[in-house]
Amino acid sequence: MVVNGREHTREIEPRLLLVHLLRDELGLTGTHWGCDTSNCGACVVWMDDVPVKSCTVLAAMASGRRVRTVEGLEGPFGLDQVQRSFALCHGLQCGFCTPAMLLTSRWLLDHNPDPSEGEIRSALSGITCRCTGYENIVRAVRHAARSEAGS
Amino acid sequence: MSAPPAPVRGNQCPDPDFRARPAGAESSTPMGHGSMLRKEDARFLRGRGRFVDDIQLPGMLHAAVLRSPYAHARIVSVDTSAAESHPLVRAVITGEMLADRGLAWMPTLSHDVQAVLATDKVRYQGQEVAFVVAENRYAARDALALIDVEYEPLTPVVDAQQALAPDAPLVRDEIDGRTDNHIFDWEAGDAAATDAVFAAAAHVSACDLLYPRVHPAPLETCGIVASSDAVSGKLTVYATAQAPHAHRAMYASIAGIPEQKIQIIAPDIGGGFGNKVGMYPAYLCAVVASVITGAPVKWTEDRSENLMTTSFARDYHMRGEIAATADGTILGLRVRVLADHGAFNGTAQPSKFPAGFFHTFTGSYDIPAAHCRVTGVYTNKAPGGVAYACSFRITEASYLVERMVDVLAHDLGLDPAAVRMGNLLRPEQFPYVCATGWEYDSGDYARALELALEMAGYDELRREQVAQRQAYEETGRGTVMGVGISFFTEAVGAGPRKMMDVFGFGMADGADLRVHPSGSAVLAVSCMSQGQGHETTFAQLVAEELGISPDDVEVVQGDTDRTPFGLGTYGSRSTPVSGAATVVVARKVRERARIVAAAMLEVAPADLEWTKGRFDVRGVPGVGVTIGEIARAAHSDLELPEGVEGHLDASCVYNPPNLTFPFGAYICVVDVDPGTGQVKVRRFVAVDDCGVRINPMIVEGQIHGGLADGIGMALMELIAFDGDGNHLGASFMDYLLPTAVECPSWELGTTVTPSPHHPIGAKGVGESATVGSPAAVVNAVLDAIGVRHADMPLTPAQVWRAVQGRPMRTDLAVSDGW
Repeated sequence: MVVNGREHTREIEPRLLLVHLLRDELGLTGTHWGCDTSNCGACVVWMDDVPVKSCTVLAAMASGRRVRTVEGLEGPFGLDQVQRSFALCHGLQCGFCTPAMLLTSRWLLDHNPDPSEGEIRSALSGITCRCTGYENIVRAVRHAARSEAGS
Repeated sequence: MSAPPAPVRGNQCPDPDFRARPAGAESSTPMGHGSMLRKEDARFLRGRGRFVDDIQLPGMLHAAVLRSPYAHARIVSVDTSAAESHPLVRAVITGEMLADRGLAWMPTLSHDVQAVLATDKVRYQGQEVAFVVAENRYAARDALALIDVEYEPLTPVVDAQQALAPDAPLVRDEIDGRTDNHIFDWEAGDAAATDAVFAAAAHVSACDLLYPRVHPAPLETCGIVASSDAVSGKLTVYATAQAPHAHRAMYASIAGIPEQKIQIIAPDIGGGFGNKVGMYPAYLCAVVASVITGAPVKWTEDRSENLMTTSFARDYHMRGEIAATADGTILGLRVRVLADHGAFNGTAQPSKFPAGFFHTFTGSYDIPAAHCRVTGVYTNKAPGGVAYACSFRITEASYLVERMVDVLAHDLGLDPAAVRMGNLLRPEQFPYVCATGWEYDSGDYARALELALEMAGYDELRREQVAQRQAYEETGRGTVMGVGISFFTEAVGAGPRKMMDVFGFGMADGADLRVHPSGSAVLAVSCMSQGQGHETTFAQLVAEELGISPDDVEVVQGDTDRTPFGLGTYGSRSTPVSGAATVVVARKVRERARIVAAAMLEVAPADLEWTKGRFDVRGVPGVGVTIGEIARAAHSDLELPEGVEGHLDASCVYNPPNLTFPFGAYICVVDVDPGTGQVKVRRFVAVDDCGVRINPMIVEGQIHGGLADGIGMALMELIAFDGDGNHLGASFMDYLLPTAVECPSWELGTTVTPSPHHPIGAKGVGESATVGSPAAVVNAVLDAIGVRHADMPLTPAQVWRAVQGRPMRTDLAVSDGW
């Protein structure tokens, strides 16, 4: 499979979860493990350009696919706009849900460059944040949308 | 890799939609207090945070815990032979093995003991029975299934209200002479005087209130990596520890390891909310396993383990009575509490107060007579408690008084805003000593409530409510709206050593500050961020006092080998205690800098005057030295006066003279569908006064998070039990947390009433919104449906039943024929 543009080949147990492959085998610890039941969303990564919850995806299912994690968000010209906007709007506190929020926000803006507040809240509703009350996360996504529209 | 975004100072956010803040809240200064962006964000945004489960050590083994399926059962036998022969298993630890080392039981923070691994019987579902160490985490889990435990099930004590019944099964039969499940009785206030006030009062309202068991549920669960070096005897522990120094002291006391040989490192913590204050049995098992195997051992809790076994919160069964005149002047408040502490009394709180700070229950009002009696009981439920951002039970106290004020207003047919306004403490009453003995430091309560009412448009909301109710009654369709108010007073920053200790340690915090020759600085503090942004806020505190850039101040925390002793971060105590220590130590350094500057300029120290960042000779314009120049000189060959040491550093221990008392006025507006019981939080106005704000952006973020907690507790979060003691909230499919969809856009307001005894007038804010918001939401929902009281959580089912006149007891899965 290709993770953040880099090819990896491994022999794995059939039951190995994608989140554990990324974290324990590939050392990509930006993807977090929070609940085991697809509820909290801390483990969101992209698989073939679609956000998935990697705690309920078998690593074997990612075979031959492209996976993008938070470590692959920063580009050759610096941080992605959503990363910059999260910092500017104080959209993170403990940082545990942040990678999932960033990846989901990036996906949202790629498909809807000018989302309303309701659309943002709906898009992020699969990820739990215990720190921010979501307020500044929503502001950050709108800030990113506006920044990208202006640039 | 490119540089992180440049810091933006003075503005909370460049977003033009970012709400304008009231004057005074935006105190931007180039080097010190103000809304600077967070230093810690650079790593979190890149996925480069370092949480406990991210840590990989060479040769590290992985552990898993075998837990009891029963709430109450005698252990007949434990057979680990099959697990031990699993090819990847390196060790299996049982209670019997720990007993041989004197480690089967450990002390709790409340003068009780707790089983590390069960030996005689299990006392709650999920209790630790065996600990398996294997070469990877999957193998450790596999081996759990190979352990054969024979249990003899016993009748559990599930209903706290039956725990003291004469025929109740005994939870703690291992304690000699124990014949019941009673833990303690504790009271505050003057019972006789209060009873006399009640006997003479024109009106008394009474109400039974349950604050059900909930869980802090930080997104990162608890975990540990224990690494014991057999040669040096050093134990290195990476742990999710809100209180690293307290953890070190406990390991030393329990395991007998010399304290200087223990290093606790709390790396990044993914939220704590009180869940990561205490020590858990698996931590001790991991240490023992590392000693036995000679390898580092990692244990990471899964979500079910987190929700089922680690520190719960609340579980207070309260009967409140409020006495008043016919026009709503409150005369007295009386409370009886039954506190469910679970199978072991493991609450983390100042040890002289078994009910925490519940005796702040007179809240924000001038109530001349008050008395509370709290009875703690054992049940077959998980131990721990006083977690979830509650400021040691002030959440329960605040909910009690704010619900009782609404019940009083309901019974007397008065407006709840007017009743509050009429009874709030007045500014001239501060410092105010309440009926249970707390001395409130400062406050201007009416101003905060007036601001909240004005921001909410209270009168207009009431008119809209009447119209909407009328439309609903005419058509039988649509929603009804409700407006709920809560006014809270917090008591944070524990605390004065003479009154408060945890595990025998007084609650004073140290701070060390070292200024390098270049003028940059390193601050070491004992508190530990779990997302609060200490690396930024504490750097700003030093920057403000020394006049250097916050970017030039490195903050060290969460490592017992590198930080001074102190009791950690919980109870909103970082800013009031460690923050005060930081200011005091920075001022000490500044006074040392004055002496060095005097030597440099060859004048008397008294002839120098400080302006931010430099000392100038008074009355001689342009003659002075900067803090950077002073730092360089302090490390140079400059001749210093007799008895003055070189270099530029200092340390201090701050013993707070009193707690600080933040407060706030919250107004929640909800729309309720009486047909389905569905609640939609339309608006939430929160006016907070936490004294001087160091970084207003971070303060507001803390408030936002607490408000979401309030929505969660009021509307959805619950740990209930069935008749067999089965835990009914053991995953996020059952334990519901608010998402972005359930939360409104918070509307914040600010007033600033400095604390008179904190060095910069700050009060602490971490838990304010969690304490204050649940009552506002509950009051709003009950206001909407016109019901006097129904217990949390106000799920659609509970709201619907309340509308039908039969709200249920939420803590037990019992059938009452519906």
